[in-house]
Amino acid sequence: MITALLLFWPALAALLVLLINGPGAKRVAFIAALVEFAIALFAVTSFTTGSTLPQFGLSIPWVERAGISFSIGMDGISLLMVLLTTFLVPLIVLSSFKHEYKNPNTFYALILFMQTGLIGVFVALDAFLFYFFWEVALIPVYFIAAIWGGARRIPVTFKFFVYTIFGSFFMLAAFLYLYFQTPGTGVAAHSAHINAFYQLSLDSDTQSWLFWFLFLAFAIKMPVFPFHTWQPDTYTESPVQATMLLAGIMLKMGIYGVLRWLLPVVPLGASQWLDVVLILSIIGIVYGSIIAIRQRDLKRLIAYSSIAHVGLIAAGIFSLTEHGLQGGVIQMLSHGVNVVGLFFIIDIIYSRTRTREISSLGGITQTTPALSIYFMILLLGSVSLPLTNGFVGEFLLLSGVFQYNNVYGGIAGLTIILGAVYMLRMFQGVMLGTKTPETEVFADLTLNEKAVLIPLVIMVFWIGLFPNTFLEISEPAVGNLLNIIQRR
Amino acid sequence: MTSIILLTSFGIINLFVGFMKSKRILLPLALLFLLAVLGANLLQWNDTQSYFNNMLTIDNYAVGFTGIMVLSTLLILPFSQRYITEQDDNIAEFYSLLLFSLVGAIMMVSYENLLMLFIGIEILSIAMYVLAGSNKKSIRSNEASLKYFLMGSFFTGILLFGIVLIYGATGSFDITRIAGAAQRAESVEGVMFGLGMLLIVAGISFKIAAAPFHFWTPDVYEGTPTLFTTFMSTVVKTAGVAAFYKLMASAFGASYATWYPTLVAITVLTLLVGNIGAAVQTNMKRMLAYSSISHAGYLLMALIALNERSESSIFFYSLAYSVASIASFGVLKLVTVQRDDETFEAFNGLGKSNPMLAFAMTVSMLSLAGIPLTAGFFGKFFIFSSVIEGGDMIWLVVAALILAAVGIYYYFKVIIAMYMHPAGNFAPVKVSSLVSVVLIIITALTIILGIAPALASDIL
Repeated sequence: MITALLLFWPALAALLVLLINGPGAKRVAFIAALVEFAIALFAVTSFTTGSTLPQFGLSIPWVERAGISFSIGMDGISLLMVLLTTFLVPLIVLSSFKHEYKNPNTFYALILFMQTGLIGVFVALDAFLFYFFWEVALIPVYFIAAIWGGARRIPVTFKFFVYTIFGSFFMLAAFLYLYFQTPGTGVAAHSAHINAFYQLSLDSDTQSWLFWFLFLAFAIKMPVFPFHTWQPDTYTESPVQATMLLAGIMLKMGIYGVLRWLLPVVPLGASQWLDVVLILSIIGIVYGSIIAIRQRDLKRLIAYSSIAHVGLIAAGIFSLTEHGLQGGVIQMLSHGVNVVGLFFIIDIIYSRTRTREISSLGGITQTTPALSIYFMILLLGSVSLPLTNGFVGEFLLLSGVFQYNNVYGGIAGLTIILGAVYMLRMFQGVMLGTKTPETEVFADLTLNEKAVLIPLVIMVFWIGLFPNTFLEISEPAVGNLLNIIQRR
Repeated sequence: MTSIILLTSFGIINLFVGFMKSKRILLPLALLFLLAVLGANLLQWNDTQSYFNNMLTIDNYAVGFTGIMVLSTLLILPFSQRYITEQDDNIAEFYSLLLFSLVGAIMMVSYENLLMLFIGIEILSIAMYVLAGSNKKSIRSNEASLKYFLMGSFFTGILLFGIVLIYGATGSFDITRIAGAAQRAESVEGVMFGLGMLLIVAGISFKIAAAPFHFWTPDVYEGTPTLFTTFMSTVVKTAGVAAFYKLMASAFGASYATWYPTLVAITVLTLLVGNIGAAVQTNMKRMLAYSSISHAGYLLMALIALNERSESSIFFYSLAYSVASIASFGVLKLVTVQRDDETFEAFNGLGKSNPMLAFAMTVSMLSLAGIPLTAGFFGKFFIFSSVIEGGDMIWLVVAALILAAVGIYYYFKVIIAMYMHPAGNFAPVKVSSLVSVVLIIITALTIILGIAPALASDIL
């Protein structure tokens, strides 16, 4: 029941926000998102850790003749993803307070509407339901990006939209195929429930092509090299809230899809292609990092760094070790927190200087002690300094990759060095040095901006110092997934 | 049967009312008639009756598709309002012709005998030939009418020839008897039966604008007054596909192995031509014409699947496609009347000047593109799942899905124009309250069926 509440509350709130014209819309949206977070916290407190089964389940038939049931529920991984989503959305809404968007009611309604889609992806236990929410999450963010974005937004976001839909159609085809492989005869006797998919035993040739059908959808969403070409442009051209939604939460949909709907469903197919995927991921790490070093635009820099980080997550998960999977889960949280924080700081800088070029910035620390500290903490989290959140995730992920193959691990480990290079270079260029005409007058953080950054910074340390709070929640679910993967 | 009788008499009454001075009552009258027909049609639900020595059978299949077609006409007619004030004094004739062609369409979904199928197609088509040329002063409308008529009669001839060959091979026009005869080796072995089937397939493919018999479609759709183009792309297509399915499932069901390679080729070609063709258009009406070709392709996939899901898949898809199509052609008509431009640019800034109109258009485009939360998604979903159920046709679904991604490209061009391109110096498009109601109904129906598809998918 609580899952259903989590799922539908943002959509209801979106309808409400749609009715409020003017500046009230953002406040109502913020309150609605806070309520959602409170519901999620309540779910966390009543969650039984240690159980591998999905909890707070609800299953009612929806479209019986197509075998679609409205099955939702949360295991540890889902819960953490829901927690991340509900934690970030209020901050994303709050971060927009200093902007005056045209048609604010539509803007905030779309954000909340998207939240329903995101939560739906994380709690769906039926393949078709998962696909349904997968698309439902995409449409609002497309409109946010394409209506309120920058000058080149139209072709860029259009490419993003068609590209991701193209990938997800393959997923739909694979789900349809899998559905008809589940036992049962007659129209609606098959099942698209996740357990039915986990019990399938298909031959390895079939799994092999099914793997690519599913992987294509997830790889485009994450994005894994070479399916990333939509990402830097889209991140750059979108309004910053859309970028946060995309980088902070939406790319986790892809990773979550791999964990839940790819590896346990077609384990034999996955085992045939492990090396290919790992190599692609590692190319993504090195490629993303090197390109990031060469970037002059702050938003593009973070966009490419995101490719590198996601590459490491993918590599860790595809190592199919407990460390890798657990690291993937915790790094999804960390990356969500860090990337949203960094994009917000870029937005702060941009809104004061009207530029994102590193070369036209500098010396900001001189007048802004608070901003510098928050920036530094988020940045260190991102380069995975010990005691910060990035460290826990990257350590586990690299440990997973090393267990799979030492050479892969060694190359993937470059991410730590390269990450430090581009991040510190960015900090140096933007915050240190001498003042430029653009940064001559630069006010420190407002209360509103602090309100966004403080929770993020708390999370950086919380995950960094007490990762077990989160690892405990996901551990049984991850162990269960590994069992299912290795059973066949 | 009552619906056929009612429609015919209403058509005649309408003609006579046209002699009176006041043309304003024509539209309400026609809508009232159609509502009556819709009610009479629904009364025949679960009451299967045969007429004229088994020439026509009104079963649930017929009632269901008749329902879609009458409802479509009902939703199309309000868009005719501006015709009254502008060019025409023959509006009564147009309404009557529409009602008459609807009679033909009903016969096409309830025939039990190939002759009735033929007569139904003729009644439908002849009225459409006239309506295609109803804008007498426009050379394009004249061209459309002539093209449609010439090509149409040619393919009617082919269809008739096919029917005759089938008669020669099986000794009957009755589809049950044909199916019975098709079980016996001696009647299907010769070239006559196969050729007959092929010619019939070609004849009906022409009517539903399936490639490679689609060449008339873009020109005719473009030249025909938009109101009647809407009718062509919804009612005519629904009737054609329903008739096609009935024929292939019952009369030629046993010969599946013979005809399905042909149909697969037609389907793939239709999907390719429709989607690629639509993607390169700059004229919105031509884009919709090609898109209607592509939807014929998706509908044909249900024929290829030919299992217990096909019937309701076609039903649902036709409904979803028809309502979305009416909204898109309808909005196109309103916009072009106002802005005198049929390209995508005519839609620039519509999201700002007419938010309601733009929203209805967006929902329809999303539905035609098959995006979740709209009826079109489940339309495609049901069709694809019925194809995959067979097992060995997954490549067809993958091909269709890739082409559906192309479809997203051209449908979103409209949405992008409406919301993201700045408006020119256009005044808001005037929308009558009746049209607003229709658009609200269509939008609500599309979204409701996108959330609770069982409302319509479990009927048949």
